[in-house]
Amino acid sequence: MGIADLFFYLFSALTIGSAVMVISARNPVHAVLFLILAFINAAGLFLLLGAEFLAMLLIIVYVGAVAVLFLFVVMMLDVDFAELRAGYMKYFPVGATIGFIVLAELMALFGAWKLEGGISVTPKAPIPDIATLTNTEAIGRVLYTDYIFYFEAVGIILLTAMVGAIVLTFRQNDKAKRQNIADQVARTPQTSIKIKKVETGKGI
Amino acid sequence: MVDYFWSTIWPWIIWTPILKTIQSLAFIVPLLILIAYIIYADRKIWAAVQLRRGPNVVGPWGLLQSFADMAKFLFKEPIIPSGSNKVLFLLAPLIAAFVTIAVWAVIPIGSGWPAAEGTSWVVANINVGILYVLAISSLEVYAIIIGGWASNSKYPFLSALRSAGQMISYEVSIGFVIVTVLLLVGSLNMTDIVLAQQTGLANWLGVPSLTILNWFWLPLFPMFIVFFISALAETNRPPFDLPEAESELVAGFMVEYSSSLYMLFMLGEYLAVTFMCAMITILFLGGWLPPADIAIFNWIPGIFWFMAKLWMVFFMFAMVKAFVPRYRYDQLMRLGWKVFLPLSLFMVVAVASVLHFFDLAP
Repeated sequence: MGIADLFFYLFSALTIGSAVMVISARNPVHAVLFLILAFINAAGLFLLLGAEFLAMLLIIVYVGAVAVLFLFVVMMLDVDFAELRAGYMKYFPVGATIGFIVLAELMALFGAWKLEGGISVTPKAPIPDIATLTNTEAIGRVLYTDYIFYFEAVGIILLTAMVGAIVLTFRQNDKAKRQNIADQVARTPQTSIKIKKVETGKGI
Repeated sequence: MVDYFWSTIWPWIIWTPILKTIQSLAFIVPLLILIAYIIYADRKIWAAVQLRRGPNVVGPWGLLQSFADMAKFLFKEPIIPSGSNKVLFLLAPLIAAFVTIAVWAVIPIGSGWPAAEGTSWVVANINVGILYVLAISSLEVYAIIIGGWASNSKYPFLSALRSAGQMISYEVSIGFVIVTVLLLVGSLNMTDIVLAQQTGLANWLGVPSLTILNWFWLPLFPMFIVFFISALAETNRPPFDLPEAESELVAGFMVEYSSSLYMLFMLGEYLAVTFMCAMITILFLGGWLPPADIAIFNWIPGIFWFMAKLWMVFFMFAMVKAFVPRYRYDQLMRLGWKVFLPLSLFMVVAVASVLHFFDLAP
Protein backbone atom coordinates (compact mmCIF):
# COMPACT_ATOMS: atom_id res chain seq x y z
CA MET A 1 0.00 0.00 0.00
CA GLY A 2 1.52 3.29 -1.09
CA ILE A 3 1.23 6.73 0.38
CA ALA A 4 -1.43 7.69 -2.17
CA ASP A 5 -3.71 4.87 -0.92
CA LEU A 6 -3.28 6.05 2.64
CA PHE A 7 -4.32 9.57 1.69
CA PHE A 8 -7.18 8.22 -0.41
CA TYR A 9 -8.66 6.44 2.60
CA LEU A 10 -8.08 9.49 4.79
CA PHE A 11 -9.79 11.88 2.38
CA SER A 12 -12.68 9.56 1.53
CA ALA A 13 -13.34 8.70 5.17
CA LEU A 14 -13.40 12.42 6.04
CA THR A 15 -15.59 13.21 3.02
CA ILE A 16 -18.16 10.56 3.94
CA GLY A 17 -17.98 11.38 7.64
CA SER A 18 -18.53 15.09 7.10
CA ALA A 19 -21.26 14.40 4.52
CA VAL A 20 -23.10 12.36 7.17
CA MET A 21 -22.64 15.22 9.63
CA VAL A 22 -24.14 17.65 7.09
CA ILE A 23 -27.49 15.89 7.28
CA SER A 24 -27.33 14.97 10.96
CA ALA A 25 -25.95 18.16 12.57
CA ARG A 26 -28.60 19.93 14.65
CA ASN A 27 -27.28 23.42 14.05
CA PRO A 28 -27.60 24.48 10.37
CA VAL A 29 -24.42 26.59 10.63
CA HIS A 30 -22.50 23.48 11.70
CA ALA A 31 -24.09 21.61 8.79
CA VAL A 32 -22.77 24.18 6.30
CA LEU A 33 -19.32 24.05 7.89
CA PHE A 34 -19.30 20.25 7.55
CA LEU A 35 -20.35 20.70 3.92
CA ILE A 36 -17.27 22.90 3.44
CA LEU A 37 -15.10 20.19 5.04
CA ALA A 38 -16.61 17.66 2.62
CA PHE A 39 -15.80 19.95 -0.35
CA ILE A 40 -12.20 20.38 0.77
CA ASN A 41 -11.71 16.64 1.19
CA ALA A 42 -13.27 16.02 -2.23
CA ALA A 43 -10.72 18.48 -3.61
CA GLY A 44 -8.05 16.33 -1.94
CA LEU A 45 -9.43 13.28 -3.78
CA PHE A 46 -9.22 15.18 -7.08
CA LEU A 47 -5.58 16.02 -6.32
CA LEU A 48 -4.82 12.32 -5.79
CA LEU A 49 -6.26 11.62 -9.25
CA GLY A 50 -3.89 14.19 -10.75
CA ALA A 51 -6.78 16.56 -11.53
CA GLU A 52 -5.20 19.60 -9.86
CA PHE A 53 -7.19 22.10 -11.92
CA LEU A 54 -10.54 20.60 -10.88
CA ALA A 55 -9.39 20.41 -7.26
CA MET A 56 -8.51 24.11 -7.13
CA LEU A 57 -11.68 25.08 -8.99
CA LEU A 58 -13.80 23.07 -6.55
CA ILE A 59 -12.34 25.07 -3.67
CA ILE A 60 -12.52 28.45 -5.42
CA VAL A 61 -16.09 28.10 -6.67
CA TYR A 62 -17.82 25.96 -4.06
CA VAL A 63 -15.91 26.73 -0.88
CA GLY A 64 -14.92 30.29 -1.73
CA ALA A 65 -18.20 31.53 -3.17
CA VAL A 66 -21.19 29.16 -3.00
CA ALA A 67 -20.68 27.96 0.58
CA VAL A 68 -20.07 31.52 1.79
CA LEU A 69 -23.51 32.46 0.47
CA PHE A 70 -25.01 29.36 2.11
CA LEU A 71 -23.42 30.33 5.40
CA PHE A 72 -24.64 33.89 4.94
CA VAL A 73 -28.24 32.80 4.39
CA VAL A 74 -28.22 30.19 7.15
CA MET A 75 -26.84 32.67 9.69
CA MET A 76 -29.41 35.30 8.76
CA LEU A 77 -32.41 32.98 8.72
CA ASP A 78 -34.40 32.47 11.88
CA VAL A 79 -34.80 28.70 11.60
CA ASP A 80 -37.23 26.94 13.89
CA PHE A 81 -35.83 23.44 14.41
CA ALA A 82 -38.88 21.95 16.12
CA GLU A 83 -40.97 22.89 13.10
CA LEU A 84 -38.41 21.40 10.73
CA ARG A 85 -38.32 18.13 12.67
CA ALA A 86 -42.12 17.89 12.70
CA GLY A 87 -42.38 16.89 9.05
CA TYR A 88 -39.46 14.47 9.27
CA MET A 89 -41.44 11.23 9.24
CA LYS A 90 -43.85 12.49 6.60
CA TYR A 91 -41.07 13.19 4.09
CA PHE A 92 -38.88 10.24 5.00
CA PRO A 93 -40.36 7.78 2.41
CA VAL A 94 -39.93 10.31 -0.44
CA GLY A 95 -36.36 11.10 0.58
CA ALA A 96 -35.49 7.42 1.01
CA THR A 97 -36.90 6.58 -2.45
CA ILE A 98 -34.87 9.31 -4.15
CA GLY A 99 -31.76 8.26 -2.25
CA PHE A 100 -32.27 4.63 -3.23
CA ILE A 101 -32.71 5.54 -6.93
CA VAL A 102 -29.49 7.55 -6.93
CA LEU A 103 -27.65 4.70 -5.18
CA ALA A 104 -29.00 2.13 -7.71
CA GLU A 105 -27.96 4.34 -10.63
CA LEU A 106 -24.47 4.79 -9.23
CA MET A 107 -24.11 1.03 -8.73
CA ALA A 108 -25.34 0.33 -12.27
CA LEU A 109 -22.90 2.89 -13.64
CA PHE A 110 -20.03 1.44 -11.66
CA GLY A 111 -20.90 -2.09 -12.80
CA ALA A 112 -21.07 -1.07 -16.47
CA TRP A 113 -17.81 0.83 -16.12
CA LYS A 114 -16.07 -2.21 -14.61
CA LEU A 115 -17.45 -4.57 -17.32
CA GLU A 116 -16.37 -2.21 -20.13
CA GLY A 117 -12.86 -2.17 -18.73
CA GLY A 118 -12.58 1.40 -17.51
CA ILE A 119 -12.99 4.75 -19.20
CA SER A 120 -9.74 4.50 -21.18
CA VAL A 121 -11.31 1.95 -23.58
CA THR A 122 -14.12 4.14 -24.92
CA PRO A 123 -13.24 7.81 -24.41
CA LYS A 124 -15.36 10.37 -26.27
CA ALA A 125 -12.26 12.48 -26.95
CA PRO A 126 -8.62 11.32 -26.97
CA ILE A 127 -7.12 11.55 -23.49
CA PRO A 128 -3.87 13.56 -23.68
CA ASP A 129 -0.75 12.36 -21.94
CA ILE A 130 -0.43 14.09 -18.55
CA ALA A 131 3.34 14.37 -19.02
CA THR A 132 3.04 16.52 -22.16
CA LEU A 133 0.06 18.71 -21.32
CA THR A 134 -0.98 20.28 -18.02
CA ASN A 135 -4.57 19.50 -17.24
CA THR A 136 -5.58 23.17 -17.33
CA GLU A 137 -4.55 23.25 -20.98
CA ALA A 138 -6.10 19.85 -21.73
CA ILE A 139 -9.50 20.96 -20.38
CA GLY A 140 -9.25 24.29 -22.21
CA ARG A 141 -8.59 22.55 -25.50
CA VAL A 142 -11.77 20.47 -25.44
CA LEU A 143 -13.97 22.95 -23.58
CA TYR A 144 -13.46 25.83 -26.03
CA THR A 145 -13.48 23.71 -29.22
CA ASP A 146 -15.60 20.54 -29.16
CA TYR A 147 -17.89 21.64 -26.34
CA ILE A 148 -18.12 25.37 -27.04
CA PHE A 149 -21.90 25.30 -27.65
CA TYR A 150 -22.59 23.43 -24.42
CA PHE A 151 -20.29 25.81 -22.62
CA GLU A 152 -22.11 28.87 -23.95
CA ALA A 153 -25.50 27.28 -23.30
CA VAL A 154 -24.49 26.83 -19.65
CA GLY A 155 -23.46 30.49 -19.55
CA ILE A 156 -26.85 31.60 -20.90
CA ILE A 157 -28.73 29.38 -18.43
CA LEU A 158 -26.78 30.93 -15.54
CA LEU A 159 -27.45 34.42 -16.91
CA THR A 160 -31.18 33.65 -17.09
CA ALA A 161 -31.14 32.41 -13.51
CA MET A 162 -29.37 35.59 -12.42
CA VAL A 163 -31.82 37.86 -14.25
CA GLY A 164 -34.70 35.88 -12.72
CA ALA A 165 -33.34 36.28 -9.22
CA ILE A 166 -32.84 40.01 -9.70
CA VAL A 167 -36.35 40.51 -11.14
CA LEU A 168 -37.88 38.60 -8.22
CA THR A 169 -36.08 40.54 -5.52
CA PHE A 170 -35.61 44.01 -6.98
CA ARG A 171 -37.99 46.65 -5.66
CA GLN A 172 -37.93 50.18 -6.94
CA ASN A 173 -37.77 52.45 -3.93
CA ASP A 174 -38.37 56.11 -4.75
CA LYS A 175 -37.90 57.23 -1.17
CA ALA A 176 -34.33 55.99 -0.85
CA LYS A 177 -31.72 58.71 -1.08
CA ARG A 178 -29.21 58.06 -3.80
CA GLN A 179 -25.91 59.75 -4.40
CA ASN A 180 -24.89 60.78 -7.88
CA ILE A 181 -21.14 60.25 -7.82
CA ALA A 182 -20.55 62.40 -10.92
CA ASP A 183 -22.32 65.36 -9.27
CA GLN A 184 -20.31 64.86 -6.10
CA VAL A 185 -17.03 64.81 -7.98
CA ALA A 186 -18.00 67.87 -10.02
CA ARG A 187 -18.58 69.97 -6.89
CA THR A 188 -16.28 72.96 -6.51
CA PRO A 189 -15.80 75.40 -3.63
CA GLN A 190 -17.82 77.97 -5.62
CA THR A 191 -20.89 75.72 -5.85
CA SER A 192 -20.82 74.44 -2.28
CA ILE A 193 -19.65 77.30 -0.08
CA LYS A 194 -21.08 80.79 0.14
CA ILE A 195 -18.91 83.29 1.98
CA LYS A 196 -20.69 86.22 3.53
CA LYS A 197 -19.44 89.21 5.43
CA VAL A 198 -21.34 89.35 8.69
CA GLU A 199 -21.57 92.73 10.34
CA THR A 200 -21.15 92.82 14.09
CA GLY A 201 -24.37 92.54 16.07
CA LYS A 202 -26.64 91.89 13.07
CA GLY A 203 -26.36 88.31 11.90
CA ILE A 204 -27.46 87.12 8.50
CA MET B 1 11.08 -6.14 3.02
CA VAL B 2 14.32 -4.22 3.20
CA ASP B 3 13.90 -3.21 -0.44
CA TYR B 4 10.37 -2.06 0.27
CA PHE B 5 11.67 0.07 3.13
CA TRP B 6 14.26 1.80 0.96
CA SER B 7 12.04 2.14 -2.09
CA THR B 8 8.82 3.35 -0.46
CA ILE B 9 8.88 3.93 3.27
CA TRP B 10 12.17 5.81 3.51
CA PRO B 11 11.67 8.31 0.66
CA TRP B 12 7.92 8.88 1.00
CA ILE B 13 7.10 8.40 4.67
CA ILE B 14 10.30 9.49 6.41
CA TRP B 15 12.61 11.55 4.22
CA THR B 16 10.18 13.74 2.26
CA PRO B 17 8.17 14.87 5.30
CA ILE B 18 11.40 15.72 7.16
CA LEU B 19 12.78 17.63 4.18
CA LYS B 20 9.52 19.52 3.62
CA THR B 21 9.26 20.35 7.34
CA ILE B 22 12.77 21.81 7.33
CA GLN B 23 12.03 23.76 4.14
CA SER B 24 8.76 25.10 5.54
CA LEU B 25 10.34 26.13 8.84
CA ALA B 26 13.20 27.82 6.99
CA PHE B 27 10.55 29.81 5.16
CA ILE B 28 8.00 30.45 7.92
CA VAL B 29 10.39 31.65 10.66
CA PRO B 30 11.95 34.47 8.57
CA LEU B 31 8.45 35.24 7.29
CA LEU B 32 7.13 35.76 10.82
CA ILE B 33 10.12 37.96 11.68
CA LEU B 34 9.39 39.94 8.52
CA ILE B 35 5.78 40.34 9.72
CA ALA B 36 7.05 41.70 13.06
CA TYR B 37 8.91 44.43 11.19
CA ILE B 38 6.05 45.02 8.75
CA ILE B 39 3.85 45.81 11.77
CA TYR B 40 6.58 48.05 13.19
CA ALA B 41 6.98 49.84 9.84
CA ASP B 42 3.22 50.30 9.54
CA ARG B 43 3.10 52.01 12.93
CA LYS B 44 6.22 54.09 12.30
CA ILE B 45 5.05 55.34 8.89
CA TRP B 46 1.60 56.14 10.22
CA ALA B 47 3.19 58.00 13.13
CA ALA B 48 5.54 59.92 10.85
CA VAL B 49 2.65 61.14 8.68
CA GLN B 50 0.86 62.39 11.81
CA LEU B 51 4.07 63.98 13.20
CA ARG B 52 4.24 61.48 16.06
CA ARG B 53 7.16 59.28 17.04
CA GLY B 54 5.47 55.90 17.03
CA PRO B 55 6.99 52.96 18.93
CA ASN B 56 10.38 54.12 20.25
CA VAL B 57 10.90 52.59 23.68
CA VAL B 58 11.50 48.84 23.36
CA GLY B 59 14.97 48.27 21.89
CA PRO B 60 16.88 50.80 19.75
CA TRP B 61 14.35 53.02 17.88
CA GLY B 62 11.64 50.70 19.18
CA LEU B 63 12.79 47.89 16.88
CA LEU B 64 11.76 45.18 19.34
CA GLN B 65 8.25 46.60 19.91
CA SER B 66 6.45 43.83 17.97
CA PHE B 67 8.17 41.11 20.02
CA ALA B 68 7.21 42.83 23.25
CA ASP B 69 3.62 43.04 22.02
CA MET B 70 3.69 39.36 21.14
CA ALA B 71 4.89 38.39 24.61
CA LYS B 72 2.18 40.57 26.14
CA PHE B 73 -0.56 38.94 24.08
CA LEU B 74 0.68 35.43 24.86
CA PHE B 75 0.70 35.94 28.63
CA LYS B 76 -2.69 37.64 28.88
CA GLU B 77 -5.71 35.69 29.97
CA PRO B 78 -7.85 34.55 27.03
CA ILE B 79 -11.49 35.41 27.68
CA ILE B 80 -14.12 33.29 25.95
CA PRO B 81 -17.64 34.75 26.17
CA SER B 82 -20.02 32.34 27.90
CA GLY B 83 -22.68 32.79 25.21
CA SER B 84 -20.29 31.97 22.38
CA ASN B 85 -19.99 28.80 20.38
CA LYS B 86 -16.69 27.71 21.93
CA VAL B 87 -15.36 25.35 19.25
CA LEU B 88 -16.00 27.78 16.41
CA PHE B 89 -14.83 30.72 18.52
CA LEU B 90 -11.44 29.04 18.92
CA LEU B 91 -11.39 27.75 15.34
CA ALA B 92 -11.78 31.16 13.66
CA PRO B 93 -8.41 32.73 14.64
CA LEU B 94 -6.66 29.43 13.88
CA ILE B 95 -8.14 29.45 10.36
CA ALA B 96 -7.05 33.09 9.94
CA ALA B 97 -3.42 32.33 10.82
CA PHE B 98 -3.20 28.90 9.16
CA VAL B 99 -4.66 29.95 5.82
CA THR B 100 -2.56 33.08 5.50
CA ILE B 101 0.63 31.12 6.22
CA ALA B 102 -0.31 28.24 3.89
CA VAL B 103 -0.82 30.55 0.95
CA TRP B 104 2.87 31.56 1.06
CA ALA B 105 3.91 28.05 -0.02
CA VAL B 106 3.78 28.91 -3.72
CA ILE B 107 5.47 32.34 -3.57
CA PRO B 108 8.85 32.25 -5.35
CA ILE B 109 11.24 34.63 -3.57
CA GLY B 110 14.46 34.32 -5.56
CA SER B 111 15.97 32.89 -8.71
CA GLY B 112 16.97 29.25 -8.64
CA TRP B 113 20.42 27.80 -9.05
CA PRO B 114 21.34 27.52 -11.90
CA ALA B 115 19.21 30.49 -12.85
CA ALA B 116 18.60 29.54 -16.48
CA GLU B 117 16.52 26.44 -15.91
CA GLY B 118 13.30 28.17 -14.90
CA THR B 119 13.66 27.27 -11.23
CA SER B 120 13.25 29.46 -8.18
CA TRP B 121 13.38 29.54 -4.39
CA VAL B 122 9.92 28.31 -3.58
CA VAL B 123 8.55 25.73 -1.14
CA ALA B 124 6.06 24.20 -3.60
CA ASN B 125 6.56 24.85 -7.31
CA ILE B 126 3.16 23.63 -8.52
CA ASN B 127 1.54 23.94 -11.96
CA VAL B 128 -1.57 25.67 -10.71
CA GLY B 129 0.15 28.15 -8.38
CA ILE B 130 -2.20 31.04 -9.08
CA LEU B 131 -5.28 28.86 -8.63
CA TYR B 132 -3.84 27.62 -5.34
CA VAL B 133 -3.47 31.23 -4.23
CA LEU B 134 -7.07 32.04 -5.20
CA ALA B 135 -8.36 28.85 -3.56
CA ILE B 136 -6.56 29.25 -0.26
CA SER B 137 -7.12 32.99 0.04
CA SER B 138 -10.83 32.47 -0.60
CA LEU B 139 -10.85 30.56 2.71
CA GLU B 140 -9.74 33.68 4.61
CA VAL B 141 -13.29 35.01 4.63
CA TYR B 142 -14.37 32.03 6.77
CA ALA B 143 -12.17 33.14 9.65
CA ILE B 144 -14.04 36.43 9.76
CA ILE B 145 -17.55 35.01 9.25
CA ILE B 146 -17.07 32.23 11.80
CA GLY B 147 -15.39 34.57 14.28
CA GLY B 148 -18.20 37.09 13.92
CA TRP B 149 -20.95 34.53 14.26
CA ALA B 150 -19.43 32.43 17.05
CA SER B 151 -18.94 35.53 19.26
CA ASN B 152 -22.74 35.69 19.63
CA SER B 153 -22.69 39.48 19.77
CA LYS B 154 -24.15 42.15 17.51
CA TYR B 155 -21.13 44.18 16.44
CA PRO B 156 -19.01 41.18 15.41
CA PHE B 157 -21.94 39.73 13.49
CA LEU B 158 -22.63 42.96 11.57
CA SER B 159 -18.93 43.19 10.84
CA ALA B 160 -18.82 39.60 9.58
CA LEU B 161 -21.68 40.28 7.18
CA ARG B 162 -20.01 43.43 5.86
CA SER B 163 -16.73 41.64 5.49
CA ALA B 164 -18.15 38.67 3.61
CA GLY B 165 -19.78 40.99 1.10
CA GLN B 166 -16.64 43.06 0.71
CA MET B 167 -14.19 40.20 0.28
CA ILE B 168 -16.36 38.30 -2.21
CA SER B 169 -16.92 41.48 -4.28
CA TYR B 170 -13.26 42.30 -4.60
CA GLU B 171 -12.20 38.70 -5.24
CA VAL B 172 -14.07 39.01 -8.54
CA SER B 173 -12.03 41.95 -9.81
CA ILE B 174 -8.79 40.45 -8.44
CA GLY B 175 -9.60 37.30 -10.40
CA PHE B 176 -10.06 39.22 -13.64
CA VAL B 177 -6.86 41.23 -13.14
CA ILE B 178 -4.97 37.99 -12.63
CA VAL B 179 -6.53 36.64 -15.84
CA THR B 180 -5.10 39.59 -17.82
CA VAL B 181 -1.65 38.80 -16.43
CA LEU B 182 -2.06 35.10 -17.20
CA LEU B 183 -2.97 35.95 -20.80
CA LEU B 184 0.47 37.53 -21.19
CA VAL B 185 2.22 34.64 -19.45
CA GLY B 186 0.45 31.54 -20.75
CA SER B 187 1.02 29.57 -17.54
CA LEU B 188 -0.47 29.32 -14.04
CA ASN B 189 2.92 28.70 -12.43
CA MET B 190 4.19 31.56 -10.23
CA THR B 191 7.81 31.07 -11.32
CA ASP B 192 6.77 31.23 -14.99
CA ILE B 193 4.93 34.49 -14.31
CA VAL B 194 8.14 36.10 -13.04
CA LEU B 195 10.29 34.61 -15.80
CA ALA B 196 7.84 35.85 -18.46
CA GLN B 197 8.77 39.40 -17.39
CA GLN B 198 12.40 38.95 -18.45
CA THR B 199 11.56 40.09 -21.99
CA GLY B 200 8.87 42.41 -23.17
CA LEU B 201 8.25 46.08 -23.77
CA ALA B 202 11.89 47.18 -23.21
CA ASN B 203 13.19 44.95 -26.01
CA TRP B 204 10.34 46.06 -28.20
CA LEU B 205 11.14 49.76 -27.60
CA GLY B 206 14.83 49.10 -28.28
CA VAL B 207 16.18 49.74 -24.75
CA PRO B 208 16.82 46.15 -23.60
CA SER B 209 18.97 47.20 -20.61
CA LEU B 210 16.05 49.01 -18.96
CA THR B 211 14.45 45.78 -17.77
CA ILE B 212 12.07 47.70 -15.49
CA LEU B 213 10.01 48.42 -18.61
CA ASN B 214 9.61 44.67 -19.22
CA TRP B 215 7.54 44.16 -16.10
CA PHE B 216 3.80 43.94 -16.47
CA TRP B 217 3.03 47.15 -14.55
CA LEU B 218 3.57 49.17 -17.74
CA PRO B 219 1.65 47.20 -20.43
CA LEU B 220 -1.16 46.51 -17.94
CA PHE B 221 -1.02 49.86 -16.17
CA PRO B 222 -4.70 50.38 -15.27
CA MET B 223 -4.84 46.80 -13.98
CA PHE B 224 -1.86 47.48 -11.71
CA ILE B 225 -3.84 50.24 -10.00
CA VAL B 226 -7.05 48.18 -9.92
CA PHE B 227 -5.16 45.30 -8.33
CA PHE B 228 -3.57 47.58 -5.75
CA ILE B 229 -6.91 49.06 -4.68
CA SER B 230 -8.61 45.66 -4.73
CA ALA B 231 -5.81 44.27 -2.59
CA LEU B 232 -6.51 47.01 -0.03
CA ALA B 233 -10.18 46.05 0.00
CA GLU B 234 -9.50 42.32 0.07
CA THR B 235 -7.25 42.58 3.12
CA ASN B 236 -9.57 45.01 4.96
CA ARG B 237 -6.92 47.70 5.02
CA PRO B 238 -7.90 51.35 5.35
CA PRO B 239 -9.63 53.07 3.50
CA PHE B 240 -11.72 49.88 3.20
CA ASP B 241 -11.48 48.70 6.82
CA LEU B 242 -15.25 48.61 7.22
CA PRO B 243 -15.31 45.20 8.95
CA GLU B 244 -13.42 46.70 11.87
CA ALA B 245 -14.50 50.32 11.52
CA GLU B 246 -13.84 51.34 15.11
CA SER B 247 -16.04 54.43 14.97
CA GLU B 248 -19.11 52.34 14.08
CA LEU B 249 -18.48 48.76 15.13
CA VAL B 250 -16.00 49.21 18.03
CA ALA B 251 -13.47 46.73 16.62
CA GLY B 252 -15.58 44.68 14.26
CA PHE B 253 -15.36 40.91 14.32
CA MET B 254 -12.51 41.06 16.85
CA VAL B 255 -14.51 42.72 19.65
CA GLU B 256 -14.86 39.58 21.75
CA TYR B 257 -11.35 38.30 21.16
CA SER B 258 -8.49 38.79 23.57
CA SER B 259 -4.91 37.71 24.21
CA SER B 260 -3.38 35.07 21.91
CA LEU B 261 -6.60 34.55 19.93
CA TYR B 262 -6.62 38.25 19.06
CA MET B 263 -2.94 38.00 18.20
CA LEU B 264 -3.66 35.20 15.71
CA PHE B 265 -6.22 37.43 13.98
CA MET B 266 -3.76 40.31 13.79
CA LEU B 267 -1.04 37.97 12.56
CA GLY B 268 -3.38 36.65 9.87
CA GLU B 269 -4.30 40.18 8.82
CA TYR B 270 -0.70 41.33 8.44
CA LEU B 271 0.30 38.06 6.75
CA ALA B 272 -2.48 38.68 4.23
CA VAL B 273 -1.35 42.27 3.69
CA THR B 274 2.26 41.22 3.17
CA PHE B 275 1.09 38.43 0.90
CA MET B 276 -0.77 40.94 -1.26
CA CYS B 277 2.44 43.02 -1.47
CA ALA B 278 4.26 39.87 -2.61
CA MET B 279 1.55 39.16 -5.19
CA ILE B 280 1.82 42.69 -6.62
CA THR B 281 5.60 42.23 -6.73
CA ILE B 282 5.28 38.95 -8.62
CA LEU B 283 2.44 39.85 -10.96
CA PHE B 284 3.41 43.40 -11.89
CA LEU B 285 6.90 44.23 -10.62
CA GLY B 286 8.96 41.32 -11.95
CA GLY B 287 9.46 39.38 -8.69
CA TRP B 288 13.17 38.93 -8.05
CA LEU B 289 14.33 40.41 -11.38
CA PRO B 290 16.70 43.43 -11.19
CA PRO B 291 15.31 46.76 -12.49
CA ALA B 292 18.12 47.33 -15.02
CA ASP B 293 20.51 45.06 -16.89
CA ILE B 294 23.68 46.37 -15.18
CA ALA B 295 26.45 44.04 -13.97
CA ILE B 296 26.26 45.21 -10.32
CA PHE B 297 22.50 44.79 -10.25
CA ASN B 298 22.78 41.29 -11.70
CA TRP B 299 25.29 40.26 -9.00
CA ILE B 300 22.93 41.20 -6.18
CA PRO B 301 20.91 38.10 -5.20
CA GLY B 302 17.29 38.06 -6.40
CA ILE B 303 15.90 37.85 -2.87
CA PHE B 304 17.18 41.39 -2.25
CA TRP B 305 15.22 42.78 -5.21
CA PHE B 306 12.15 40.82 -4.16
CA MET B 307 12.27 42.23 -0.63
CA ALA B 308 13.00 45.76 -1.88
CA LYS B 309 9.92 45.68 -4.11
CA LEU B 310 7.80 44.12 -1.38
CA TRP B 311 8.76 46.87 1.06
CA MET B 312 8.11 49.53 -1.56
CA VAL B 313 4.60 48.22 -2.16
CA PHE B 314 4.03 47.96 1.59
CA PHE B 315 5.14 51.57 2.00
CA MET B 316 2.31 52.53 -0.36
CA PHE B 317 -0.12 50.40 1.68
CA ALA B 318 0.98 52.21 4.84
CA MET B 319 0.75 55.66 3.25
CA VAL B 320 -2.77 54.97 1.98
CA LYS B 321 -3.73 53.96 5.52
CA ALA B 322 -2.32 57.21 6.82
CA PHE B 323 -3.99 59.69 4.50
CA VAL B 324 -7.13 58.32 2.83
CA PRO B 325 -10.42 58.64 4.74
CA ARG B 326 -12.61 55.56 5.10
CA TYR B 327 -15.14 54.71 2.38
CA ARG B 328 -18.81 54.36 3.10
CA TYR B 329 -20.17 50.86 2.49
CA ASP B 330 -22.28 51.78 -0.56
CA GLN B 331 -19.31 53.62 -2.09
CA LEU B 332 -17.19 50.54 -1.56
CA MET B 333 -19.74 48.32 -3.30
CA ARG B 334 -20.13 50.81 -6.14
CA LEU B 335 -16.37 50.89 -6.69
CA GLY B 336 -16.14 47.11 -6.74
CA TRP B 337 -19.13 46.21 -8.90
CA LYS B 338 -19.73 49.26 -11.06
CA VAL B 339 -16.18 50.49 -11.71
CA PHE B 340 -13.62 47.73 -11.26
CA LEU B 341 -15.66 44.79 -12.55
CA PRO B 342 -16.59 46.37 -15.95
CA LEU B 343 -13.09 47.84 -16.30
CA SER B 344 -11.28 44.59 -15.60
CA LEU B 345 -13.71 42.61 -17.75
CA PHE B 346 -13.13 45.03 -20.63
CA MET B 347 -9.36 44.74 -20.15
CA VAL B 348 -9.54 40.93 -20.31
CA VAL B 349 -11.29 41.17 -23.68
CA ALA B 350 -8.96 43.95 -24.90
CA VAL B 351 -5.75 42.18 -23.90
CA ALA B 352 -6.96 38.89 -25.37
CA SER B 353 -7.92 40.63 -28.64
CA VAL B 354 -4.59 42.40 -28.96
CA LEU B 355 -2.69 39.17 -28.28
CA HIS B 356 -4.84 37.27 -30.76
CA PHE B 357 -4.95 39.73 -33.67
CA PHE B 358 -1.30 40.77 -33.46
CA ASP B 359 -0.30 37.15 -32.99
CA LEU B 360 1.56 37.88 -29.74
CA ALA B 361 0.02 35.17 -27.60
CA PRO B 362 2.61 33.01 -25.79
